[in-house]
Amino acid sequence: MDDNNKPAPLRSRPTLRELAYFGGVSLVLLVSLAIAPAKNYFSDWRHYQKSYLKIAGQRQSGTLVRSFQGGIHQTWIARLGVVDRCESCHVNMSGALVGASEQPFRKHPPIPHALDQFGCVTCHRGQGPATSVEEAHYTTEAWEQPLLPAKYLESGCGQCHLGPLEGAPKLSDGRGMLSSMGCVHCHNVAQPDGNLLQPGDFPPPLTHIAEKTSREWIYAWIKNPQAYAASATMPNFQLSDQDAADISAFLMAQSSASPAAKVEIRAAAAAAPAGADASTEATTLYGASFCSSCHAVQNEAGNLVGGNFGPELTRIGSKVNPDWLRRWLNNPAAFHPETRMPHYRMDDKQVALLSSFLLAKKDNDLLANVHLPPSSPDSVAHGKKLVTESGCAACHQINGVNPPQNFAPDLTRVGSRALAQVVFAPGMKHNLPDYIAAKIHDPRSFGPGLKMPKFTLTDSQADALTTALLAQTDHAATYPKELVISGAQTSNYHPGGDAGKLMDDLRCLSCHAINGRGGDMAPDLTWEGSAVQRAWLEDFLKNPNTLRPALIRRMPKFNLSPAEIKTLADYITAAYQGPGFDSQALDIKTLNADSAARGKQLFYSKYGCQSCHIADYKNDKGYVGPALTSVGTRLTPVWTYKWLKDPNALRAGTLMPNFSLKDDEARDLTAFLMTLKAKQGGGK
Amino acid sequence: MRLLRFVLLASAALLAGCRHSATQLPKPAAYGAQIVEVSGGKQFTQVGSTLPQPLVLQVNGADGNPVTGALVVLHGDGVQFTPAQALTDSSGQVTVAAQLGYNPGDYQVTAETPKSGGGSATLSLREIALGYEQTVGKTVNDKYCIRCHDPESTPERVSNLDNLSPAPHQFTDGATLNRMSDADLTNMIAHGGPALGKSPQMPAYGATLKPAEIKAILSYIRTIADPPYQTPGVKYGK
Repeated sequence: MDDNNKPAPLRSRPTLRELAYFGGVSLVLLVSLAIAPAKNYFSDWRHYQKSYLKIAGQRQSGTLVRSFQGGIHQTWIARLGVVDRCESCHVNMSGALVGASEQPFRKHPPIPHALDQFGCVTCHRGQGPATSVEEAHYTTEAWEQPLLPAKYLESGCGQCHLGPLEGAPKLSDGRGMLSSMGCVHCHNVAQPDGNLLQPGDFPPPLTHIAEKTSREWIYAWIKNPQAYAASATMPNFQLSDQDAADISAFLMAQSSASPAAKVEIRAAAAAAPAGADASTEATTLYGASFCSSCHAVQNEAGNLVGGNFGPELTRIGSKVNPDWLRRWLNNPAAFHPETRMPHYRMDDKQVALLSSFLLAKKDNDLLANVHLPPSSPDSVAHGKKLVTESGCAACHQINGVNPPQNFAPDLTRVGSRALAQVVFAPGMKHNLPDYIAAKIHDPRSFGPGLKMPKFTLTDSQADALTTALLAQTDHAATYPKELVISGAQTSNYHPGGDAGKLMDDLRCLSCHAINGRGGDMAPDLTWEGSAVQRAWLEDFLKNPNTLRPALIRRMPKFNLSPAEIKTLADYITAAYQGPGFDSQALDIKTLNADSAARGKQLFYSKYGCQSCHIADYKNDKGYVGPALTSVGTRLTPVWTYKWLKDPNALRAGTLMPNFSLKDDEARDLTAFLMTLKAKQGGGK
Repeated sequence: MRLLRFVLLASAALLAGCRHSATQLPKPAAYGAQIVEVSGGKQFTQVGSTLPQPLVLQVNGADGNPVTGALVVLHGDGVQFTPAQALTDSSGQVTVAAQLGYNPGDYQVTAETPKSGGGSATLSLREIALGYEQTVGKTVNDKYCIRCHDPESTPERVSNLDNLSPAPHQFTDGATLNRMSDADLTNMIAHGGPALGKSPQMPAYGATLKPAEIKAILSYIRTIADPPYQTPGVKYGK
């Protein structure tokens, strides 16, 4: 009893079992306490830093080992939103440890930006703050941004560099294609500087299409554009036979009469050219008109020969109405006021020759099996519905159908689209680059009801487009303005007066740029009045001869009248003058025979100009720059002098190098070149 | 318990076996003695990109005639092949697209075909990936240098090489260019041929190109050199 009333001793010897429990719990506690530091201790970056030090130690590079600071290496750039710890493992980015070829110790290849100013994820994507290999590089549950595959790396550049970039050809190609393949007719693509990408293709208006071609051709074309022309950029809408027939019925029905329809075709223009030489004559005319500068034709080997500026002409005879073609050759603008094709001023015989030459380019198989049911009000109505729904009017002008607004998704920030908003096709990898690539490659694989048509692209074209689209990121839109380097913007320059009308008629700006507007196929004419001599200019406009022996794209002969030539030459000489082309720059009295003799020495001996130019057809063979045999009749002395001093200042992007000539050397060379006069009667 | 573990292990082994058999190589219908390159070696492309032309390889028998149905397997560190293994077609050839990896520089591609008596015949090809700097170099090359330094003509660009005497060196000409130092080549590009006592036909580009562009051309020349260029000085292994 007493024993029971005794209070229990405060401390008693623990039993063995209690000890075991206690020990066990302590051990668990210790282990769990150790997990955090152990995880840190065994982390990927610590492991790599150790290996790095080991390699550096083996090479007995004491400096490298001593100067190495362990721990997490973080780059924080607030204005770009960069928190990168990549260099915790990639410790040799600067290449201090020479010759390390295995990752993560490879040196970063040379790029024009410092890593600590732009970070890593800006270009490579991935998860910057991560400290494990898995999390940093790959998609995880919490992170949908894996490293960007190398083939799309240039998209990083495109976030700030909005124009063409010499180290990023794929990006430049892709951007070019967003314009030239017509993507931006339907999709809005705004660049970070606020400028919208503008279409660079010129889809023809369909408002007078019945004059130009047949319903059968329209049917065959929309069923498969590339069957007609391998180089066609028109995508395949994968239409059923019935739908294609109805669309062709509607397009024929909506067509109205064009002003060109009123142009009379004289018998001489419509006559089949007679004579044994007719075919040779026609071929010569096709060549002399330099049709192939813009238009391509497939040769027997299946290669396209010619430019891609205008439509391919391989099967043109199966497409166009003969009368339409004659009216078109007579004056294209009468049919299509916005066309880029110049008005050639051909006479009836030339029209007859060229039209019969082109109409012979036929593919009889193309329309052989096209037998369409007659058009009915129902088929026209259904065709109109399809045309409206498919968005044809986004590219083509069509009577009675307005261009659709906001027809396709805005792609301004497609490079940052959240994966939660993306509907993947079955079996696709869940990441953005693969999604964009698949969408470009075969849009209809995402579902049969989708509107986006299938474009004909090579793999490298699809890669380039994907690269350009991946550059459209959220980051790009929020980067500091001073980082953004805009591309060149086109001016709205338009030559004025009668000469302006004439230049418009000849479509000079299709090939030449003037004051920031126009094509890049031919030389920039902004300062042409300072460059060339008046007599030469008139001569050239009358009969454009070849300046560059090796060039296939040349100025066509437009058959201008003497009055037209005078108007043009007056305007070019007066309006297209550059600054500082006066006697202050060069006193032409100093160009004497002695100076020319010294210049000849410089030309042939010191500077080896004959390696690229021909001054004398007997001895020189240079094929890169223009022939200089009559340069003394062509160029003005002051232009020649200034050109020799700094060619790039007069025409940006020229191939001619700047030789850093001294003033007297440039003067002597000018004196020599001015002695190279054309023989009597122009020409060479 | 033990039974369950056994069942689990067995099914795991079975699954592994199935996976293995799914990736098993196609069975060759014939065996060759030798594998040769038809085309596709020594190409270059940007990092991560597919080579412009596919690799076309041919398997020949002991008699030197092409063998149809022989197995060709391709390996290459960092290179992705489509397809990575194939049987030769009726002309004894396989055509494979190759995508190079992330790093600029050389990639070794090895093609292998089993021989009938065991063992295999192999063929090594070298392919080149261009990084940023070499891509800039190529762009500059394609604009300024190629007209005189490349004998190939295109419709857009007629080669000027044959018009020059002495003829310019092709940039792939490692036998000559590898022996010239970086400093010499840089000087020649910047100050023209006469700077090194060479032909004045080589103009000075120092006032036309930026120093970074000249460096980029140099890097491009070194990368595409054949035989390959070895950096002077100590070389470490991996």
